[in-house]
Amino acid sequence: MSRPAAIIGVGQTKHAKARADLSIPGLCREAAGRALADAGLDWPDIEAVVIGKAPDAFEGIMQPELFLADALGATGKPMLRVHTAGSVGGSTVIVASHLVESGIHGRVLAVAWEKQSEGNAQWGLAGGRSGGIGAGGAFAPYIRAYMERSRAPEYIGWQVAVKDRLNALKNPYAHLQLADISLEKVKESPMLWDPIHFLESCPSSDGACAVVIGDEDAAAATPRPPAWVVATSVRSEPSTFPGRDAVRPQAGVDCAHDVYRQAGITDPKAQIDVAELYVPFSWYEPMWLEGHDIAPPGGGWKMVDDGETEIEGAFPVNPSGGVLSSNPIGASGMLRMAEAANQVRGQAGEHQVDGARVSLGQAYGGNAQYFAMAIFSSTRS
Amino acid sequence: MPATDIAIVGWAQTPAVARTDATEPQLCMQANLAAIAMAGIERSDIGFTCAGSCDYLTGGPFAFVQNLDAAGAWPPIAESHVEMDGAWALYEAWVRLQHGDIDVALVFGSGKSSPSDPAELYPQQLDPYYLEPLGLDPASIAALQARALLDTGRATERDFAEVVARSRRDARTNPNAHVRDEDDPERLLAAPYTRNPLRAHDVAPVSDGAAAVVLATARRARQLTEHPVFIRGIDHRVDVHQPGMRDLATSPSTADAARRAGLGDAPVEVAELAAISSPQELIVRDAMGLGDGVAVNPSGGPLGANPVMATGLIRIIEAARRVADGTARRAVAHATNGQALQHNLVCVLEGES
Repeated sequence: MSRPAAIIGVGQTKHAKARADLSIPGLCREAAGRALADAGLDWPDIEAVVIGKAPDAFEGIMQPELFLADALGATGKPMLRVHTAGSVGGSTVIVASHLVESGIHGRVLAVAWEKQSEGNAQWGLAGGRSGGIGAGGAFAPYIRAYMERSRAPEYIGWQVAVKDRLNALKNPYAHLQLADISLEKVKESPMLWDPIHFLESCPSSDGACAVVIGDEDAAAATPRPPAWVVATSVRSEPSTFPGRDAVRPQAGVDCAHDVYRQAGITDPKAQIDVAELYVPFSWYEPMWLEGHDIAPPGGGWKMVDDGETEIEGAFPVNPSGGVLSSNPIGASGMLRMAEAANQVRGQAGEHQVDGARVSLGQAYGGNAQYFAMAIFSSTRS
Repeated sequence: MPATDIAIVGWAQTPAVARTDATEPQLCMQANLAAIAMAGIERSDIGFTCAGSCDYLTGGPFAFVQNLDAAGAWPPIAESHVEMDGAWALYEAWVRLQHGDIDVALVFGSGKSSPSDPAELYPQQLDPYYLEPLGLDPASIAALQARALLDTGRATERDFAEVVARSRRDARTNPNAHVRDEDDPERLLAAPYTRNPLRAHDVAPVSDGAAAVVLATARRARQLTEHPVFIRGIDHRVDVHQPGMRDLATSPSTADAARRAGLGDAPVEVAELAAISSPQELIVRDAMGLGDGVAVNPSGGPLGANPVMATGLIRIIEAARRVADGTARRAVAHATNGQALQHNLVCVLEGES
């Protein structure tokens, strides 16, 4: 009963520490306008709008989609606001794809954004008034546990930090442009949350991302190649409970296996050409390679060490520079989906992986407990 | 409209109160377990779960994450969340069920508003550049809307009082409502204005509470219950945000959603409307074209209990209840999001034909 859906337009802003030149509606419109232009469409062509962002407290606006409805051309149309913590950008694409797959709409605009410079995301991430330790503080123990479990050498995290920043130099939209990045610089950068160094952490960014999802007719009418959405899945599990494996959360394992099954993938490392994974701290690259069974236990860091995850490697991860180079939190998950889609569309520009046909987009959130994943393909099946 | 018929097979709500010591996850747990029990399913039967809530009500970022504990998310579940009333979570689950690979979904909506002050909170729901600095609270916006309606000559303050009186009388028979005070229109009209032309009773209370619904595909629904309540049509539309750019005496998005949900295809006997002020009920009735023969808010409606983020989902539950028990052959539920009826959802329900 499910109909085919494809990403037919992708747009994003130039991400930066502060986009003081734009209001929040302006930021969203910059991304959405580019996605529409990419799809060869105009605002009236859109039938529904799905908006995602991380907690409202980050900018201090309750349900900001209500005022963004005007700027995003949503008035007179259905509008949904998704919120699934850090995975929200990924979930937003999936909710939008469901609107097309179900046959309800033919062309849906999905927009995700964050304007960290207009609020205090660190305060929000630390639980606001309830106090807390922030994202890095929450994830550092899991990273340490991974290092112990997998016997990974300390420099693996530095390698990912360097690789993603070098990739970002090929992405004009990326926030960080650190041409002089080196293993030494990462190692010598301040220790934020042991074992996470400053340069192993994502930046705080203003930015937005948008995609247009269309049905078969819309895909046939678009000027550029579509990225077919061949599999989507979401999984959630509670924040914490005795016996929970926070290093390799079961929700992440289940989510990955669900998309592989839908896409007919039995050997993800061989059958997926490129992956955009949500890596806000460098160690999450090997952790997700193992947590999504792309590498066997203890094999994720070896893929990094062997250079397999570089753009020219056997399994490129985050050729866009990833979350480590741009982190407009609510949009970060959608950027993974958008970049993965652009790879199979052949539209990734300088960071295009040669011959990419099948890609994986992934986002996670909360206490590594929310997962949203999708497989994109240059062909329908 | 897609072809797959989806039915409501279970529901539950917590008794709404002005303030509870229970946590929001506890409220959700109570509603979810009762709805699952009513549907006669196991938790493992649920293929998709969707929740609706708003962090700002409790005042903590990621407040919704704790509600996951009430969804039974171990082993991990396919789950999503909207920062909206649970009625929109129901919409998302209805969309998900169209795919045909799953046949049961759990939906819940919850709000614990008691920790926050609406007058302080809701200005932050408005355009942060142009409106939020004005400190416009919900009662003031409701009053602007009420004035706009009075100015059309289509309603009087007595009409507002009649809506309140009827709602309070009906709330007396609803164990989940908590406002059942004065119901004599004359005495209501004698009360002082709080925001001219509105009196305190014209605006819905703010309550703590949660509600849950179990949805199933038609085939599965007929196995689960003798009285499935089918979603015959569901649609939602959003209007312009800026109140100054809207005719507040009308609700075009409600009218459009009602038309697209097929409300006009056949008469309804019951309408449950998420009007959070007495004038709003009149505006929504008008937008939907409901005649005098339609029983509006027989539950007492939001003027009797208003657990924000569950209020819309409860309208669907109250309408479904009346279809299931034979009071209505066809009923309509309405949910709203934002201020002055900015975003509206219409859901048409019918029993087995």
